[in-house]
Amino acid sequence: MRIEWLLALRFLREGRAQTFFMLGGVTMGVGVIVFLTSLITGLQRSIIQKTLGTQAHVVMRAPDDEARRIIRPTDSLAVSASVERRAQRLRSILQWQQVMRDLEQRPDVTAVSPLVAGSSFAVRGSASKSVALMGVEPERYTRIVPMSTFMKEGEFRITANDAAIGMDLARDLGATLGDKIRLQTADGRDETITVVGIFDVGIRDLNHRWVFITLRSAQNLLDLVGGVSSIDVTVNDLFKAETISEQLAGQTGLVAESWMKTNAQLMAGLRSQNASSFLIQFFVIISVAFGIASVLVVSVIQKSREVGILRAMGCTRRRIQHIFLLQGAMVGLVGSLLGCGLGALLVTFFARTALNPDGTPIFPVVLESRMFLVAAGVATITGILAAAAPAVRAAKLDPVVAIRNA
Amino acid sequence: MPDMTREKTILQLTDIRKQYGSDGVITQVLHGVNLSLQEGEFTALIGPSGSGKSTLLNIIGLLEQATSGSLRMQERETGTLSEEELTRLRGRSIGFVFQFHHLIPSFTALENVMMPLMLEEGRPTPAQRERAAGLLARVGLADRLDFKPAKLSGGQQQRVAIARALATNPPLILADEPTGNLDTAAADEIFKLLYEVNQESGTTFLIVTHDPRLAKRCLRVIELVDGRIVS
Ligand SMILES: Nc1ncnc2c1ncn2[C@@H]1O[C@H](COP(=O)(O)OP(=O)(O)OP(=O)(O)O)[C@@H](O)[C@H]1O
Ligand SMILES: [Mg+2]
Repeated sequence: MRIEWLLALRFLREGRAQTFFMLGGVTMGVGVIVFLTSLITGLQRSIIQKTLGTQAHVVMRAPDDEARRIIRPTDSLAVSASVERRAQRLRSILQWQQVMRDLEQRPDVTAVSPLVAGSSFAVRGSASKSVALMGVEPERYTRIVPMSTFMKEGEFRITANDAAIGMDLARDLGATLGDKIRLQTADGRDETITVVGIFDVGIRDLNHRWVFITLRSAQNLLDLVGGVSSIDVTVNDLFKAETISEQLAGQTGLVAESWMKTNAQLMAGLRSQNASSFLIQFFVIISVAFGIASVLVVSVIQKSREVGILRAMGCTRRRIQHIFLLQGAMVGLVGSLLGCGLGALLVTFFARTALNPDGTPIFPVVLESRMFLVAAGVATITGILAAAAPAVRAAKLDPVVAIRNA
Repeated sequence: MPDMTREKTILQLTDIRKQYGSDGVITQVLHGVNLSLQEGEFTALIGPSGSGKSTLLNIIGLLEQATSGSLRMQERETGTLSEEELTRLRGRSIGFVFQFHHLIPSFTALENVMMPLMLEEGRPTPAQRERAAGLLARVGLADRLDFKPAKLSGGQQQRVAIARALATNPPLILADEPTGNLDTAAADEIFKLLYEVNQESGTTFLIVTHDPRLAKRCLRVIELVDGRIVS
């Protein structure tokens, strides 16, 4: 072992209480950071998971009809750029099969599913409810939204005139498996379907409104024969959805909207949560650094005689400086390892106690090795930086003064 | 006795002056000291309190710098050396024995003796351990290797300090009142030990002492009064 390490270790061991306090400070600080980070990561993941449980990562649809300007702009006349938009009728995506094939070629796209969506009324007996028609190819759609995992009764296997409806709609209409329901659109088209599945996606509004039918039924009902209104896309990296959606729009000439844009408010919330958690972590680190520095400053004064002796025996200033920097580094590293342990313990404990009424944890425990590595690295560097001022001070000690004041 | 015909100059001081304080009150402590020490000499430095003995010793030991004058260590001018070079030269060429032993409390006797060697070589080695154990045996502490300084008597602590001063086998050992803190019997023992080491290894010694009895036993006595050498 190098002499610097030997001396640093010996000094730390000798200053028992001081070392204990420094280690304690780092342990608590890192523990809090680990706990906070995994709590926030876990919460955010579960929020995003819940949000995306019923949404495509990217939705692509045909561009809006261009509204034409009535007045031609001239050099002398300034014209308002905002022109009232026309009411949009349901438009099909041109050559949607080809577009889907193209999208499937991309390595960052993991699933593609066509959708014919529109509104209609669901009528059974005297009950009539406004619903959202979802014309899908079930096998494809399941890879966008995992409907088969949401089924309460029956199955998400829709053919011909079958339909899957939400549990709240089923209750409102008094319908059970095998019952027939009439779907009726505003322009007078209608079709009778048979309920083959009842689902619960966990969102009441969707449980009230969603009616899944085949692509063909929806095309007939919504007067979109051979066409689709949108294409749902799943990508391999959730947080790249926005970037990918921009590329898809460019590639296809369609309008593409990512979940991040659709849920802009949620994203803003997550971002500000991240910012405030970063701020908290920053100040925790600063206060840990001050703790280490103030203890080491005292320790330098207490060790000035030893430092003087070492200098008299040929120990260079640089070496003295290293001895104190190493003490900071060791405290940082060891403290951060203890802190990671503490944080992991807290998180596990919290996950065990904070339970939903049904006994499942409120949020999944997220303990990643990357987080521990970062914590250890940051704490070690913090230790070194905190030790910098005391180390310089120790290196500057005059050996004559230190020896004379025995 | 060292061979007088092949005498070498270990240390050469020319017109060394030292003053403390920059502006305001200036205390001149050394007023032009000229002194040379030959290899193997065993010299006492005496003088009244405050005459500048410790200051002179610290300058010779490269622990502080003279305000003016030249200091040649083994024929080498030291005035132009950097702080780091001075530190290394000090580690190699000079052993210190202080009035208060100045051992490092958290290290054992053996580790304290190894310290100058560890500092020179950067890490502990078995060879250093062997040499340190040999030196401790030489000063009569073969059975105290693993004792911390606090567990040793004053005389024993000073023996460890002497063994430590010998560790790098330096040409010059400086001792500032090495017996000042000991009773007469222990002081005699330590003084005897220093003299024996000088005779065995030919190491040059410069010893500050207040004790005229001990000074008388040195072959050469230098007296410092008010920052000047008077004899
Ligand atoms: N750092 C300093 N600043 C100012 N004056 C100093 C300093 N160091 C020493 N002196 C003064 O220099 C003079 C000589 O001091 P020094 O310690 O060399 O004397 P000494 O001969 O060793 O005395 P003693 O026998 O008491 O040990 C004293 O008057 C002392 O006050
Ligand atoms: Mg003195």
